[in-house]
Amino acid sequence: MDEKAGWVYSDIVKEHFMNPRNALSDNENFHADGTGTVVNMKCGDEMMFAIKVNKSKQTIEDCRWKTYGCASAIASTSLLSEAVKGMTLDEAFNISPKDIAGRLGGLPEHKIHCSVLGDKALRAAINDYYARNNMAHKVRQDKARIICRCMNVTDHEIEDAVLEGARTYLELQEHTKLGTVCGQCKDEAARLMNEYIQKHFIKSE
Amino acid sequence: MADQQVYLDHNATTPLHPQVKTAMTEAMEVFGNPSSLHQFGRQARKLIEQARNDIAFFINAGTEEIIFVGSGSEANNTVFNFSFCQATHCTAHHQGRMEIITTRIEHPCVLESSKCMCDRGINVDYLDVDRYGKIAIGQLEEKLSDKTVMVSVMMANNEIGTIQDIKAAAAVAHARGAYFHTDAVQAVGKIFVDVKELGVDFLSFSAHKIYGPKGVGALFVKKGVPFCPFIRGGHQERGRRAGTENTLGIIGFAKAIEMRKKEMAEETVRLGKLKEMLREGLLKNIPQVQLNGHPKDCLASTLNVSFAGVEGEAILLYLDLAGIAVSTGSACSSGSLDPSHVLLATGTTPELAHSSIRMSLGRQTTQEDINYVITKMTEIIEKLRGMSTVSLHER
Repeated sequence: MDEKAGWVYSDIVKEHFMNPRNALSDNENFHADGTGTVVNMKCGDEMMFAIKVNKSKQTIEDCRWKTYGCASAIASTSLLSEAVKGMTLDEAFNISPKDIAGRLGGLPEHKIHCSVLGDKALRAAINDYYARNNMAHKVRQDKARIICRCMNVTDHEIEDAVLEGARTYLELQEHTKLGTVCGQCKDEAARLMNEYIQKHFIKSE
Repeated sequence: MADQQVYLDHNATTPLHPQVKTAMTEAMEVFGNPSSLHQFGRQARKLIEQARNDIAFFINAGTEEIIFVGSGSEANNTVFNFSFCQATHCTAHHQGRMEIITTRIEHPCVLESSKCMCDRGINVDYLDVDRYGKIAIGQLEEKLSDKTVMVSVMMANNEIGTIQDIKAAAAVAHARGAYFHTDAVQAVGKIFVDVKELGVDFLSFSAHKIYGPKGVGALFVKKGVPFCPFIRGGHQERGRRAGTENTLGIIGFAKAIEMRKKEMAEETVRLGKLKEMLREGLLKNIPQVQLNGHPKDCLASTLNVSFAGVEGEAILLYLDLAGIAVSTGSACSSGSLDPSHVLLATGTTPELAHSSIRMSLGRQTTQEDINYVITKMTEIIEKLRGMSTVSLHER
């Protein structure tokens, strides 16, 4: 077989996929200070992220993860787990999935939604740490905001639709059914859609 | 790249049979347009008609009942174009029959054609399948009415290998005056197919699933059944499919059929044994494996299994790195969000559908290959399950 055919994803993805870093093994006794688990309801993927925190420095000392996910989810979380070690909780919270995808040498557009699971779980783990350590005021939750009142569609759902491939207002409507009754939310929804496209897919120079 | 190469994706496509390759290489010099009257054209025409004759004979059809097309998908699209012709002078005018019945487990080319018919005002109804992927003839009888123009049921399923009772389905369709089509792309050349015995009006099949070349398929249309061409503008194929014939492809197709005739019976037995070994090996070494498809009425070459707790694309890619080629019903490999519609129709949960792997064996598969796959699969599932969140739930 011709090796020049290359692999389906980048060499960096391949390397992390074959040798995942910091995956939690079942016989390991990892004492986590915070854990978070998130599920992608649509494709069924699941991700758990656990962190050990240096309490005086408020940095991530160590981390582990587990996933029921595809190659992109495994590779991006493996890379993320290396990147966050030593970061302050704030820095780690703000790490962008686009940055991770970039460091992986890029992922196909339809795989981005798999790769965001890792940092969602990481943020959940950081919030869990705050909640466990009487720092509930530091918990940052992205509260969903209803954009389309008629069909009860939130900004989170718009973001998910973008991650799943919506690029035009019509496609956004197909994914979420928003704006199909009174249509008043059209401008706000379109603006948000472009914001999320920018956030996840446009390479920043 | 792994040292060992094991190709277990024969339901996707097959390598050319060496004899097909030879026949096609020899025919490479034949360039005449089969429609031309001169010697170059006549030479090509002769080879095509000989091929048509051989292929027709293999499925017990009349020579004039075989139309060469570009693929199995084209054959299926052609059939769905049939009978919805709005032109009243067309033999395929619907005559007021405006309903089609098909199944939930068809190939996308049938399901998409059905949707398209739906947009054109034809009512499409779908038959359910049981957990093994079988339709119920009783449900077909219930759904049939005097409005049904056509019933389309695939003979052998590409994903799980389940084989339907086409003879019985065609009989109940005919009893209500409906035409009957079967997509036999995965069946012809793998199991015994006789169009007279089955009693079908239309049957689609293809060359590249049985060690023939890509880009050539055939549609059987029973003599006397109305027909409306899908590709127009030429008198080729008796005016039923325009476009200069794919001479080389058709010659390769006929050779592939000839080889199937010689090898099919023996190979089916051999592959059945290898599949059994594979199934037993996986069940013995790996816990929590679900078998998909019918235990008995199933293609001898197809084994579809789900490994609870691990995602199919990850399994597929680890196997690929070990030199093993398979396919998966997981959405993650296709770019869509929904896992295999076939497995979902059998009542498999979305999680287990995402965890499914299809292995389809072929004439070059050896016992050594099977042992290698069992060993590698065991390692890979253990590794992925070790990383999986599923183990957390069990605690």
